[in-house]
Parts: sequence; C-alpha cells; structure tokens
Amino acid sequence: MTVERLNARFGRLAGEGRAGFVAYVMAGDPDAETTLRLLQGLAGQGVDVIELGFPFSDPMADGPPIQRAALRALKAGMTLPGTLDLVRRFRQGDAETPIVLMGYLNPILSYATDRFAEDAAKAGVDGVIVVDCPPEEAGPLADALDRAGVALIRLATPTTDAERLPAVVSRTSGFVYYVSVAGVTGARAADADAVAPAVAKVRAASGLPVAVGFGIRTPEQAAAVARVADAAVVGSALVDALAEGVAQKRDPVPKVLETARALAMAVRSARA
Amino acid sequence: MTKPLIPNDYSALPDAAGRFGDYGGRYVAETLMPLVLRLGRAWAEAKADPAFQGELASELKHYVGRPSPLYHAQRLSEHYGARIWLKREELNHTGSHKINNCMGQILLARRMGKTRIIAETGAGQHGVATATVCARYGLPCVVYMGAVDVERQAPNVQRMQLLGAEVRPVTSGAATLKDAMNEALRDWVTNVEDTYYLIGSAAGPHPYPAMVRDFQRVIGEEARAQVLEAEGRLPDVLIACVGGGSNAIGLFHPFLADEGVRIFGVEASGKGMETSEHAAAINGGRPGVLHGNRTYLLQDRDGQILEAHSISAGLDYPGIGPEHAYLNDVGRVAYLTATDEEALAAFRLCSRLEGIVPALESAHALARLDVAAREAGADGIVVLNLSGRGDKDLAAVAAHEARA
Repeated sequence: MTVERLNARFGRLAGEGRAGFVAYVMAGDPDAETTLRLLQGLAGQGVDVIELGFPFSDPMADGPPIQRAALRALKAGMTLPGTLDLVRRFRQGDAETPIVLMGYLNPILSYATDRFAEDAAKAGVDGVIVVDCPPEEAGPLADALDRAGVALIRLATPTTDAERLPAVVSRTSGFVYYVSVAGVTGARAADADAVAPAVAKVRAASGLPVAVGFGIRTPEQAAAVARVADAAVVGSALVDALAEGVAQKRDPVPKVLETARALAMAVRSARA
Repeated sequence: MTKPLIPNDYSALPDAAGRFGDYGGRYVAETLMPLVLRLGRAWAEAKADPAFQGELASELKHYVGRPSPLYHAQRLSEHYGARIWLKREELNHTGSHKINNCMGQILLARRMGKTRIIAETGAGQHGVATATVCARYGLPCVVYMGAVDVERQAPNVQRMQLLGAEVRPVTSGAATLKDAMNEALRDWVTNVEDTYYLIGSAAGPHPYPAMVRDFQRVIGEEARAQVLEAEGRLPDVLIACVGGGSNAIGLFHPFLADEGVRIFGVEASGKGMETSEHAAAINGGRPGVLHGNRTYLLQDRDGQILEAHSISAGLDYPGIGPEHAYLNDVGRVAYLTATDEEALAAFRLCSRLEGIVPALESAHALARLDVAAREAGADGIVVLNLSGRGDKDLAAVAAHEARA
C-alpha cells in the first residue's frame, strides 16, 4: 500500500469533485492511548488524510500550540518508535485512511534513515514530511523512502521562486504541501486570494495534488482554501482544542473530534 | 572517520554544499532556504570585493580597536612552566571577540539592503556586540535571549537596552541559548523580506559557519604575525574555549596547515562528564542535525536534544560548529574539557596573577593551561585566546560562591 493509499484517496476526491480535509495531531499528546482514540475517531468525522506529528525537542518551524504539544508528548514518553507503534495499532482497524508523518530530521537520523523507512512502511505509514530537510539535503532520505514505497512529501512556500520550484517538487509523490504563509505554524491567517495562483503553479510544476496548510483555523478559512486547493490542512486549531481539554482535566477527544467534524463539513461543502 | 580531502589544505572547506566532510550543510525549512542561498551568494561577492574588505578593515581598526595585543603573561608562564601568550580579544570594543563577526555581518546586511537585525545571545556578549553595530549604523535590533540567561547576565541586558536593542526573553525549553536560537529562527521565517539574522557563532546553516569563521580569522592572522615577531617562530600549542566555537576557529584556522602546531579546544564539562550536566558536544555527544547543520550534539536515544549545562552562559549550548566536528574527526584538533569548578579556579588565578579578569567562557581555556604547558614543554610557546572579559560574570560568580 503506502503511497498508493494516498494516490487512491486523492483520486477518489478528484472523482467526487471536492477538496480533502487533512487533520494534524501530535503523537503522544497528552498520551499514546488518547492519540490512538483520536486517530480512530477522526476518519469517522470526515477527515480524508491524517497527519501525525512525531515530537521533537526543538520544533523551529512551529508556533506555541504545536511547541507545547511536542513538550506534552515528550513528557509522556513519546518517541519515533512509539509513533510508528501507534500507526501499526491504528492500521489494525483502518486500512484506507492515509497517514502522513510530520516532524524534524534528527529523530529519523537517530533511528537510522534506512531502517526508519522500512519500519514506517511496515507500520502502514504512507508519506513523510520532514520540515528541516530541504531537497538539497534529502538525497539519503528520498532513496530510503523510495525503496520502501513511502511518499516523501515536500513543502513549497511563498519564498519558493519559479527557479527553485522544480527542485522542490522533484522526487516528491502523494501530494505537495503548500505552506500558505511565511511564518511558523498556527501564527497568522492565510490569504486565500494569494494562495490560488501559488497552488496553480505548484500543481503545474509537480503534476500532483496540492494541500495547503499553516494559518487555517476556522471552518470559513478551510472552506476558502478548499475552493482553490486539493486539500486543506488544519493543525494548531485541533491541537488547541485538545490542550483546552487537557487543561480542564477532562477527556479531550470529543472536543477535538467535534472541531474536526466542523472543519471537514466546511471543506466538503465548499465547492457545492 | 572522515578523511581530509587534501591533507593540510583546510582552506578548501567547506565545499559548495557547505560541508566540512560529513558535517555542516543547510538543514532549514523551505521558507528559509531561498534566503540562505541568497546570503551565500551575497557573502561570496562581498568577500571578493576589495571595497567591502577595505571598509571592514577600517572599521576594525578605528571602531573595534584592532589589532588586539598578544601579551606575554609572565606570571601565568611561571605558574605553568611554559611561555604563555594571551591574545587579548577582551580588549576589543564591547569586551569580546564577538564584535569582529558583528562588524562584518552588519556591513553585509547593509550591502544586502536589509533594514532589521535579529540575533540570539547566550552570555550576552554577542547580543551586546550586535546591539552596538546596530546603534553604529542606525538599524533596529531584536535580541532573543533565554530567560535564565537574562537573569544571570543582567549587566549585558542593560547594556543592550541602553544601546537601543529590544531584548526578548525566551521561556521555551530550558530558556537558554538553544531556545533563543529556535526563537530567532522563528522570527526570521516570519519576517523574510526585511530581516537579517546575525548569527553569533560558527554554527547554523551554510554559509554561517564559514562566514563567521572568515570574520573571526583576523584573530589567528594577527596572532600568527605577532608571535613570529615576538618569538621568531610559530607557537607549539594553541588553546581556546569552544561553545559554538567562533573564537576558537578564528584563532585556529590560519594555523591549521602548520603541522608542528598542536591545537586544543576546551569544551565545558559543567558538573563533570560523569554527570548529565555538561555542555561537551564532542566529548559527550554524537552526530545529528540541529539549527541548520549536522554536527556533534547532546541528544538522547530518540534524537531529542538534551539541555546543556555550564556555569558559563556562552558555552551553554548542546552543539558545536560543524568545522570543529570535522577537525575532531580528522584528528587535527584535540578537544579537552574543563568543569565549572576548574573554570572558576582559573578565573580567580588569571585575575590574581595577571590583573586580567577573564570571561567565564575564556576561563575554560585558561583551566587547561596545565595540559597546554605540559604539551609545549618548559621553553615551549602557548598562545591562548582570551576571548572576553569577565566583568559581566561577577554577579554569577558571587552567586555561585554563595551557594557553595
């Protein structure tokens, strides 16, 4: 399966004539069992692709919500092997919803790149996004993921110019992640008018679906992006919903699923 | 182990991809990648431009006060039994070697048309030097500083504010240098158009390690000419403290091809290498990727970065510049360690014997003069980089003594 699971999902979305909704959660936030229940619940709320963060001590591209999520996860003992274990357990009950891991390079290097790619494929991971690994440094990781059949999903950004774009989308598969604002995750709102032409360029250069993320918080924003992109990604808003539940010492899962459902519905009806 | 590409030709590194053997590189988010590439091109052009080099040389002479003296420390020499020379970087304007790099980078930032400067700082020496050059050239300056460091380096915070800089305390992580660097990177990724990130150490993504080294090479170039004039020969031993490693690489680099010169870097071993509370990336870490480059890092089994510890805020960092990682692996430089207590003893000894109060960072190099002098022998020549002055550390030393 692996990358084919992503291709199948985006193929079906294209057939239905709608954009997908990608939900981000951090593995182990606030503990592994809660994450497993979230993963199991998200598909039923209309989530088309799950992005599962694996924590890193120094998340340089993330704003405060995901920084805090990573700290909660690390405090609970979450690791990259632990994240793969969550995917393995999720796959026992769901063979269709694609899962993309998102994080930073050092835990992957520490695991050993080749072994990581093999184990990720075995666990049922379909794609990997590594924030601090630009194409110039991605050779060994791209080779390993290719051999394992897992998609390496690249990030294109507002600073990626026309000259650079071909290199950025080379050796990428599954989809391309367009970072809609120059900044950290969850910080400022994306401007849908500026996003549309950028998405068109990335789509043309890559021949792949384009998911847009960073700066989408509300159902309205998600719908606006869903009208111009192939998928909308929401992370910090879901992580905030979880953090609120944790802070109030109650089960955070229902609130996160409710937030995800509202976003998914907005994305589904955006082009209607 | 990495082998040198051409034995003794260390000037060829890094390669076009910013690599020193297996170390270095450009591990940054895609948003920053075009900026880092543009900076590399701008630096290559400026470096080759005689007008740029002329302006820098003039500023270093008239504003910074270079050349700094090479001073024969006679009482330390008697104490340790070798001919010990101190390269007096603490006499530079702002009190440390950091100003050499800041002056170079502010001229580059102006040349690139940048209108806002950001920096990270640990001990505050780099923050003060950055705030100084920003005042000199009338550019707004934001300095990220770990909240713990804001506390233990209060005089430097006041200096930065007096110079017109905004000091933003960083509370994430352990609230020290590593976290200040994370926050500066987050600022840069958010303000890509107008902002220049003035990194203070020979670390970060390419071209920073090579560029900062080139701006700090003036230390070694001067020291080489000065020791040849004073002693009529090259030194037997060089020694300098290493956090990120900019003062050390600045002293070492012009001597790397001189095979007879033995070179020692000194890492901070904090409360001891047998504890987890140290900052010795080479002696206690393993290779990984952080802050844009591959180098030795303090990290756990899962690749999570560990908090460093050192009494010296400027050495309190879990990594080391990538060129040092390479020089370690090829065996050209030996990396020793000094504990908090050893550095404090050397801090007092240098003050009493020479009338020079060294920075706690530099005191780590002073603490290993025992090894340096033994290696050099009784008539041997040791050159030590006295990278900064210790006025800023008096409160921290007093607090430490009160706890002891």
